[in-house]
Amino acid sequence: MKSAHLILLVSLLFLAACRGGSGQTASPTQASAYIQNKGSDTMVNLALAWAERYQVEHPEVSLSVTGGGSGTGIAALVNGTVDIANASRAMKPEEKQQAEENGITPVEFTVARDAIAVIVNPENPIRQLTLQQVSDIYSGKYNNWSEVGGDNRPIVRLSRETNSGTHVYFLETVLRLGDKTNTTLFSTDTLLLPSSEGIINEVRQNPNAIGYDGLGYVPPDLMNSVIAVARTADGPYVIPSVATVNDNSYPVARDLYMYTAGEPAGAIKDYIDWILSPEAQAIVADLGFVPIR
Amino acid sequence: MDKSLNWQETIITAVVKTCGYSAIVFVLLIFFFLLREGLPALAEVKLGDLLTTRWYPIENHFGILPLLTGSLIVTVGAMLIAIPFGIGTAVFLSEIAPRWLREILKPLVELLGGLPSVVLGFLGILILSPFLRVFLDLPTGLTALAGALLLGGIAVPTTVSIAEDALDAVPQSYREGALALGATKWQTIWRVTLPAARSGVLTALMLGIGRTIGETMTVMMVTGNAPVMAVKLTSIFSPVRTMTATIAAEMGEVANGSTHYHVLFFIGLVLFLISLAVNITASSVVFKSRKRSERVLS
Repeated sequence: MKSAHLILLVSLLFLAACRGGSGQTASPTQASAYIQNKGSDTMVNLALAWAERYQVEHPEVSLSVTGGGSGTGIAALVNGTVDIANASRAMKPEEKQQAEENGITPVEFTVARDAIAVIVNPENPIRQLTLQQVSDIYSGKYNNWSEVGGDNRPIVRLSRETNSGTHVYFLETVLRLGDKTNTTLFSTDTLLLPSSEGIINEVRQNPNAIGYDGLGYVPPDLMNSVIAVARTADGPYVIPSVATVNDNSYPVARDLYMYTAGEPAGAIKDYIDWILSPEAQAIVADLGFVPIR
Repeated sequence: MDKSLNWQETIITAVVKTCGYSAIVFVLLIFFFLLREGLPALAEVKLGDLLTTRWYPIENHFGILPLLTGSLIVTVGAMLIAIPFGIGTAVFLSEIAPRWLREILKPLVELLGGLPSVVLGFLGILILSPFLRVFLDLPTGLTALAGALLLGGIAVPTTVSIAEDALDAVPQSYREGALALGATKWQTIWRVTLPAARSGVLTALMLGIGRTIGETMTVMMVTGNAPVMAVKLTSIFSPVRTMTATIAAEMGEVANGSTHYHVLFFIGLVLFLISLAVNITASSVVFKSRKRSERVLS
């Protein structure tokens, strides 16, 4: 009797172990498709909102969304561990080449647009800068706010880590002013913070700080200290918003991408098609990003 | 001795031996893994380029000196805090505090050691760094000092717990002998009890250093991660980037087998060698001091 129990227990454990071990291929009981979505931290809230809505309408599809940065998502796509990579920058040629070497052809979809807002502490009187001034601040040419017409305070530069698509975009568009031959780098004393939250928090409490982040991540209490940016010293100085991104007057706006491994098919294709639909694009606007149509 | 006991003995001996040797095997395996993944960095980047002062891996600037100095300044700062506080607390608990107070305080100190480092990081971001910025009038509070203070806090419980055990193990007769010779309580502590417990106290400090140099989450959150050369004394008041934070922040992004990937493993290798050097130095000091104290006390 006792040994019969023991055998039952052991076989149950064995079954459980089998289930656990094959977790990667086994799909959850209700869902018939399982889509893994990873990448850009800028897009993670958006991707989560899409996934939540989509799963309500399509209970047969199970979606998992994680962040980590555009580089992380693209690396995962190149290594074949995710179905869809989110990226706030386009794939670099060498990343595409690595993907090809692994037998993966990445396909690009523009799924939303985003403005990068430059923010300062509300105590800082500066409210407008030219692109050149922002570039000079971040490259270390200006070290005191008085050099751009502000108070006599040191400038504390805040940036995302180098694995962030926002970091790379900001380097190319703002620091280097979109000039491919320009090799300006961030000043070495730029604080590289691991999260959007870290930047918002430091800008909120430090009157010396300047930071940048996706417009959708700027909290209401800092909305009043978003810097109006001008392409040239003659102006116009433009505050980032859905309207100024759409009419291209705000200079620091970019496309947000999703990459699939090869032309999408089945559940992944349905999902991408839905993301490009008006219903999903309405969610884009709700979260402070800019819809593509 | 009957046969079955003998048989059990053999098995238990084998198990204990396996456990003992496995630690060595694991360390060696990790070391060889680091060598295999890290050494190609030397082939891909010239040693001269690794020893430069610019760390910006996405544009192929792989100078690790800022990271090395960053780790050193944070660790040294943390030890300057943890050594006096750790030994002081241990002496108080073991020699001065009444028994009932010690029964309460020691578990509390050990509880502090169990705090997850990410929680300390939150404290650092939300309370310590704004306070430091205002109090010391710094451009930003996210500095090496904030990291050193928090890491000191992380190292203190480890140091206290082990040093207190070592002091407690000093025979009561030593203290009684010193007091009988007319030494004051302070003289007894400083000249007799602490030297007698020296090897245990040094072990405590060594484990404290080990805890500090390897700590990642807290430093990544509070030191600002700016890869500047921390070579002046005032660098403690500026942001720094440590080796551990660099590996943690960048490992997720790199493509397997890229130069950046190998350089990150190379940094891991450097970190491993530093810990090894600290351990070897400390154990040789402990070994020497034991021989000396044995000579004195016999």
